[in-house]
Amino acid sequence: MNGVIAGISYRALLGRRRIWLLILLPLVLVAMATLLNLIGAADERTAVTLMRTFAIGTMLPLLGLIAGTGVIAPEIDDGTIIHLLAKPISRPVIAQTKFAVAASMLALFAAVPTFVAAYLLVNLESGIAYGFALGALVGGIAYAAVFMLLGVLTRHAVTIGIVYALVWEGVVGNFVPGARRFSIQQWAQSIADQVSSSPFFSTEITLGFAVPALLIVTVGAVVWSGQRLRGFSLTGDE
Amino acid sequence: MRIELAQVSRWYGNVVAVNDITMTVGPGVTGLLGPNGAGKSTLLHMMAGFLAPSGGTVTLDGDRIWRNHQIYRSIGLVPEREAVYGFLTGWQFVLSSAKLHRLPDPEDAAGKALALVEMESAKDRRIETYSKGMRQRVKVAAALVHDPQVLLLDEPFNGMDPRQRLHLMDLVATMGAAGKTILFSSHILEEVERVAQHIEVLVAGRHAASGDFREIRRRMTDRPHLFRVRSSDDRRLASALIADASSGAVSLTETGLEVQAVDFRRFTRLLPRVARDADVRVWQVSPADEDLESVFSYLINRSS
Repeated sequence: MNGVIAGISYRALLGRRRIWLLILLPLVLVAMATLLNLIGAADERTAVTLMRTFAIGTMLPLLGLIAGTGVIAPEIDDGTIIHLLAKPISRPVIAQTKFAVAASMLALFAAVPTFVAAYLLVNLESGIAYGFALGALVGGIAYAAVFMLLGVLTRHAVTIGIVYALVWEGVVGNFVPGARRFSIQQWAQSIADQVSSSPFFSTEITLGFAVPALLIVTVGAVVWSGQRLRGFSLTGDE
Repeated sequence: MRIELAQVSRWYGNVVAVNDITMTVGPGVTGLLGPNGAGKSTLLHMMAGFLAPSGGTVTLDGDRIWRNHQIYRSIGLVPEREAVYGFLTGWQFVLSSAKLHRLPDPEDAAGKALALVEMESAKDRRIETYSKGMRQRVKVAAALVHDPQVLLLDEPFNGMDPRQRLHLMDLVATMGAAGKTILFSSHILEEVERVAQHIEVLVAGRHAASGDFREIRRRMTDRPHLFRVRSSDDRRLASALIADASSGAVSLTETGLEVQAVDFRRFTRLLPRVARDADVRVWQVSPADEDLESVFSYLINRSS
């Protein structure tokens, strides 16, 4: 971790219009929970559905994409990353710092609102709020790492990331049973399921698979990002 | 400190950007001169650790530069792209550089670096409000903050107004005189000539010439020049010119004479005298091939 790099990364991430994207989705989530509460539809089944499909299924990958690519891709794009790379600091440390910034963003903008929304609907009933908040946290951390790696690997990180988040995680992960094993949001759900005792919520991926998978993906993506940064090349405009 | 390039090549797919270059950049100011697209940035990126050579080695005092972040203790880099964190003030930007270098007194170092580039008055403004020249100077300050032994600048004078340009040139020259190893790239001969004691010329990815700037300047001036001359009597002037050894060939065209001068100095002295003696009025003399490209291609042909 490097404090100076973290500081610059936070300012770059929060200072631009990107901040509104980070705020918008959690706002929608909390607004939906409030609305369901007002019309009296706030039961456990609704809560689980909202958490699964929107909080974990839609908001989490999109926020992961915004924060994960956002900590590094724009800087690579416009060349400002050189300011950090041309310093006697190991590149893996730079990657780890960027990852920590992205992960903290997801804790703040994904895990906390998930908890708030679930709490608004069903208080702490059946451990739904704690479960999904934890799921969003670990899933968000994994997404942060994966999308940061994507931002380091390709200049088309956002496009590829959207396709991945919507097609793979959204469609394939929901309809193709085999693919579910390789979906971050499914792993996040099995973490949530461990904490929650709700009868309306069950997942098919075991914790024994989800936890190592999350660890390997997260650590692997951060390490790979660091290695890629070590070989970062400026291909001249000429 | 010395940057050594040994048989360095770099290619992108089938395109060779830099072709088998061996050179040593030592203390003092070295100008890397060449037309746009000659491979100057590619070469400079390899010296700065931002590009792997496809062949050959690039070292700093014997240490490999590629994938070695320790070299940045000794190297300061001013990249060509002007992008800097626009939301930071000049002071925050240079201070961040000092802190990233883990300097014992970052505030002091940042203050000195900003003073060196005369950016103290604007240091509390956001960089996005800066002019191109100011951005360039603040980048130089960030690169100088740790007082590096080696400074690499990619087209540093682009976009600066004449006063800023002179100031930076003086700064570079002073640092070179103090024994630092400085290399800057440029496609403008006059810039290089003014600051650099030593010039490396790059053309089409190849090392075309190397040496003292006077030497290179002389070689550039001594090449055959092509002039277009318009006069009151082209034919008579042509016959008078070809009688002297300084003209290699003279041809009559619709628009005037084309004279190939083999001895530049002698020809320039000869032309007015010959015209006067032949009673011919010269209306126009213009060099037909004064652009850098032709100068460079001459050097390339000469060196191969």
